[in-house]
Amino acid sequence: MSSKAPLGQALGLGVVSGTHHWWLQRVTALVLALLGPWFAISLLLQPDLGYAHAHAWLAAPLNAVLMLVLVPALVYHSWLGVVVVIEDYVPAKSKKITALLVVQFLHLLVGAAALFGVLKVALGSAA
Amino acid sequence: MASPNRPLSPHLQVYRPMYTMMLSILHRATGVALSGSLLLLAAWLLALASGADCYAWIARLLGSPLGWLVLAAVLAAFWYHFCTGIRHLVFDTGRCLEKREARLSARVAIVAVVVLTGASLLAMLHFGGRP
Repeated sequence: MSSKAPLGQALGLGVVSGTHHWWLQRVTALVLALLGPWFAISLLLQPDLGYAHAHAWLAAPLNAVLMLVLVPALVYHSWLGVVVVIEDYVPAKSKKITALLVVQFLHLLVGAAALFGVLKVALGSAA
Repeated sequence: MASPNRPLSPHLQVYRPMYTMMLSILHRATGVALSGSLLLLAAWLLALASGADCYAWIARLLGSPLGWLVLAAVLAAFWYHFCTGIRHLVFDTGRCLEKREARLSARVAIVAVVVLTGASLLAMLHFGGRP
């Protein structure tokens, strides 16, 4: 779905489009509305969350695949949400840009760490 | 260039507090809190990838009374953001925007949050919830 104005599209402008972000916020919200409760409930119902059991849970193919969908959706949804909050409530331009940069780098870092964790457990040899 | 001093939206000060508005503000607040809790999720996943010793360390942290409290707060924030999030998705389709409907759905959401959070905390207690 493209939400850029035709002129902006032709000029290659408007890479960051508010409508597009708004839409993606809703798309990720739908994904999270399904996978969020799945994650919470399946962990809450685990009788044992010690290393061996937790590792086995994450290594199970279905769980690993769903986590590979959940983590990016979560990080991107959070990214878009926090950016909007900063844009709305941080008035000073320099502070706003600093806050936006920090928040976005943190999201990249956290997303990479979480994905790496899932992949390493899922692709590693059985524990 | 727009004047740098123009008011930013949403200009909260001009509104009389209403509970539908409080609900919407809390939706943002829980959203920001949940963003912070992504650090916990990443730490948990990294610990799982790093081995039993590292995992035992973070499991002790989360299993402590303070850790338990933090997890309970994250669960409450999650269910709140989930329920009011669904409400906002319905609003986005243009439905239920009348004052009466919005107030009714606010109450439904609050009840759902209390039930879901209560059930989650019971499950945490029942299954130990200890890592």
